[in-house]
Amino acid sequence: MRARLGRLTPALGLVPFLLYLLVFLLVPTLVVLVGSFQEGGRFSLTNIRALSDPSILHALQESVVLSGSTALLGGVLGALLAWLVVGLSPTNVVRRFVVSLCGAFAQTGGVSLAFAWIATIGLSGVVTQWFDDHLHVQLMGSGWLYALPGLILVYCYFQIPLMVIVFLPALEGLRPQWREAAVNLGASKWQYFTQVVVPLLRPAFLGSVLLLFANAFAAYATAAALVSQGSPILPLKIREGLTSEIVLGRQHLAYAIALEMVVVVAIIMVLYALLLRRSARWMR
Amino acid sequence: MTRRLVRGVLFLLFALYFFVPLLAMLDFSTRNLVGGGRTWDAWKALGVDPQVRTAILASLGLAVCTVALMLVMLLPTMVWVRLRLPRLSRVIEFLCLLPLTIPALVIVVGLSGVYAWVNYFFGYSPLVLTFAYTVLVLPYSYRALDASLGAIDVRTLSEAARSLGAGWFTVITRVVVPNVWGGVLSAAFISVALVLGEYTIASLLNYNTLPVVIALLGKSSGTVSVAASLASIMFAALLLLLLSFVHRRRMPRGS
Repeated sequence: MRARLGRLTPALGLVPFLLYLLVFLLVPTLVVLVGSFQEGGRFSLTNIRALSDPSILHALQESVVLSGSTALLGGVLGALLAWLVVGLSPTNVVRRFVVSLCGAFAQTGGVSLAFAWIATIGLSGVVTQWFDDHLHVQLMGSGWLYALPGLILVYCYFQIPLMVIVFLPALEGLRPQWREAAVNLGASKWQYFTQVVVPLLRPAFLGSVLLLFANAFAAYATAAALVSQGSPILPLKIREGLTSEIVLGRQHLAYAIALEMVVVVAIIMVLYALLLRRSARWMR
Repeated sequence: MTRRLVRGVLFLLFALYFFVPLLAMLDFSTRNLVGGGRTWDAWKALGVDPQVRTAILASLGLAVCTVALMLVMLLPTMVWVRLRLPRLSRVIEFLCLLPLTIPALVIVVGLSGVYAWVNYFFGYSPLVLTFAYTVLVLPYSYRALDASLGAIDVRTLSEAARSLGAGWFTVITRVVVPNVWGGVLSAAFISVALVLGEYTIASLLNYNTLPVVIALLGKSSGTVSVAASLASIMFAALLLLLLSFVHRRRMPRGS
């Protein structure tokens, strides 16, 4: 008995942390999980069925298009920028500057980035007015900035920086010895790139693109600040369900959409973890 | 030669993509809508306008409180797991990375019930968001702290301190923390950057933090909210830039 207690005492040290996570992470998640299968205090599949409603399916589709396109664009452009940056020494001022700016965009971004683009190409944006004054071109057209095309442009503004941050360590892990070995064996630059670099970086690249997808899929702030009318994507559908005063009792629909979001993001993150494990073999 | 040219051109294009909106924000926020020309009124409003000033103070206070709670919760737990429960390290890692899989938007949907209790105990100050924000910064803080704890021999250090008569509190504050100072700083700075921009939870729980007020003002006074946006991005970038200098000084000893 005493021996068993003795073994349990160290575990007591974890109690505050676990209690905290229980209250502020697990309970909210369970509330969503349980709530999406309830209606009027009873078990019901109404809200889960409502997920196949055309307007919600359409929002899901738009969300996937938005996340997919910005993950690919952000992935390719971000990898390119990371490659440009990794050529500089770690103490280089430009490199530090680029990396910190990327951190600020990716982490603090959100609402601020929406306003960055409103100031640039919004209705009275600086670039919009310049085009109007000097080239007589109406840049805003039909207000595309506040719809899906605009969201894609603005999302890239935090997706590219995020890619730089998550992909840079993988690029730094490429050892000069590998290039030397390839060159010694008679490889051309192109062969080194296609037969050594690409296979080595492929898991890290795909993993980062998945992370970008999950990031865009779950992002809320930028879209919420930019789009005030209508709810073209899933996160805004959740807002509609939570804050709607016209349609009462849509709260639980928001739970169901939130659950759908968790399921999609969880699948993506599991794939990400698997890819990360593969690339970790080389990055020691 | 062509290689350098290509790099230069690419750098220039990226610089354009990133700096045009930033410069546009500066231009937009200094416009004088009434008389034309330039004015710094929008920037002055950041310090004068009571709503904006309260929101800035709330966000800065939240950043400090979140960093404090994160360190108090996470650091002792991680040290404890390394020393006494190494078998559980995988579980703790999984729990800490969980918020990456459960988006803030989902947490906030389930959080209103919990916050009814939080408000009951702690009142309605925006500072109560600390509890929710600490969950959000867990994955990033965990990685930063884990990397720097991995670089030192926690066990030997703490056994040495314990055998000289130090208690656990002394071990953590005076032996472990000074050795992982770099990790603590980067966990803290990343947390600050995240908290300053967090909008999802604050807006849906109706607390007026800086991003919430920026979005609100966007409807009435565009120039002020653009000025505040630019200020918060530049502040975060400056913090992260400072962090990169801290890292460099630690590097030669660490690796």
